[in-house]
Amino acid sequence: MPESMCIHVEHVSRSFGKKKVIDDVTLEVGRGEIFGLLGPSGAGKTTLVKMMAGIDEATTGTIYVLNTKMPSLQTMQRIGFMAQSDALYGELTALENLQFFAAIYGLKGKKQKQRIEEVAELVNLTEHLRKPVHNYSGGMKRRLSLAASLLHEPDVLILDEPTVGIDPVLRQSIWQELERVRQQGTTIVVTTHVMDEAEKCQRLAMIRNGRLIAVGSPAELKAKTNSQTIEQAFLYFGGAKL
Amino acid sequence: MRVRAIVVRIIRQFFRDKRTLGLMIFAPMFVLFLMHLVFNGEEYKPAIGVNQDVPNVVVEALEKSKADVKQVTREKAKDQLHEQRLDAFLEMDGRIPKLTLEGSDPTANKAVLMSVQQAFQSLAPQKETLKLKTTYLHGSEDMKLFDNFGPVLIGFFIFFFVFLIAGVSFLRERTNGTLERLLATPLQRWEIVAGYVIGFGIFTTFQASLISWFAIDILDMMMEGSFLYVLLITFLLAMTALTLGTLLSAFAHNELQMIQFIPLVIVPQIFFSGLFNLETMAPWLRSVSVIMPLTYGADALREIMIRGNGWSDIAFDVYILLGFSLLFMILNVIALKKYRRL
Repeated sequence: MPESMCIHVEHVSRSFGKKKVIDDVTLEVGRGEIFGLLGPSGAGKTTLVKMMAGIDEATTGTIYVLNTKMPSLQTMQRIGFMAQSDALYGELTALENLQFFAAIYGLKGKKQKQRIEEVAELVNLTEHLRKPVHNYSGGMKRRLSLAASLLHEPDVLILDEPTVGIDPVLRQSIWQELERVRQQGTTIVVTTHVMDEAEKCQRLAMIRNGRLIAVGSPAELKAKTNSQTIEQAFLYFGGAKL
Repeated sequence: MRVRAIVVRIIRQFFRDKRTLGLMIFAPMFVLFLMHLVFNGEEYKPAIGVNQDVPNVVVEALEKSKADVKQVTREKAKDQLHEQRLDAFLEMDGRIPKLTLEGSDPTANKAVLMSVQQAFQSLAPQKETLKLKTTYLHGSEDMKLFDNFGPVLIGFFIFFFVFLIAGVSFLRERTNGTLERLLATPLQRWEIVAGYVIGFGIFTTFQASLISWFAIDILDMMMEGSFLYVLLITFLLAMTALTLGTLLSAFAHNELQMIQFIPLVIVPQIFFSGLFNLETMAPWLRSVSVIMPLTYGADALREIMIRGNGWSDIAFDVYILLGFSLLFMILNVIALKKYRRL
């Protein structure tokens, strides 16, 4: 496998009981790109990224992240994961939440303090660090979740619907942040069901009913299908007659 | 290091959630206090019927000993005993005093016996012991049952509250998504369990000490043995409750379902831990108590607090409780596999 690739998903299927949630998906994510997983809710995006993050395992097929077969605890140290729900401790302040996750990733002392300041700055929460998280707005919680996943300077950042339920202004600022993180060399995998967000990814995978229906850059996908928008392209690949 | 992170986080959460903190510490104290009021309350004033053949001196002495003394005939006394208007009836059988007790209330029995003994003692301070013929209308003179309440209650309340709080907080970790978040880190499953055990362990040591101190020093519960042993046992009980609670929380989907474990897991333990007499129960049913952690905790606490016994008498219970905790911890680590195999 070429070194330039960061994640390899090879013929991966995942079943829960009899239900096949992911069906023979093969794709590659290059280093330093923002890779979007686009699909309606229930398509299997979360299951796929959980397998990439090492939380879940493929029923058949294999996933390699940074040249290691997943799941691997060593590799998980190099992955940042942000789940769909804000996995935060509401009773604690934002600072205490960050301290906790930093310590879990083995950051201590000065380094910990420095990283917390950096990520807080990045998501614009520096002034609100001392507030308990249950007083945070939804958008602030999302940003804090993002900050927590960036603490240990991961090589791979996996984000499950990072902008769901967030107002357009904030959504834009999160995407700007992601772009900044990418430019520092981080590979980012992001799931979304918002078609216009998909335009901001370097490459996209379209997923429907657990199957991969198309992969390519937004421009390629549109060109291939003669569509004006990603949404039209998705419809085309999904088999709808236009 | 990573375990420490969890420990610090749990303790911080505790001090943030004042109500839970209060529940853990003051609820057991409050309930024990209520029990104390109900069972120990004011000194019971027994109503004692006296036959005409009882010497006047005895009647006077009885009256002095805070008893409510009534002159009644034997026939009337029988009826009044049945109607529970009298607690006891005293008559003379030749030279030996004969006492008939109603008997259904241990508190009343105790009070009657005390009054009568005091009365006769004051008449004959010589060392010759009182020959007293006692018969019971109901019940028996076995009042140890009542004396046994205290230690069992201490053990029970600690077990109950730790079980509930630990279970719910671990469950929340799951429903809030923070467990999944933790499992996306290189944290090992055993580290999560260890973090919980130590974090809660520090807290429950504090809780158990306060509750035991409150019961013994403030409520004046019978205490013959060493306080340190009491702490050891309450700590182990708390550990068992904690590990069992977090284990069972894996099988609950929400807080309400966690509460549903109370009648299934907690309440049976009250019945089998020695709060009630098991002698009359079918042997196979009695043997159920073998699998209940509270049985060992309560037994050890009784050995220490009532019988004043030391290490050799509680060692077995200590090992069993340790074994339970270890077993539940291991099962916990295995149960977490449901969320991540590694």
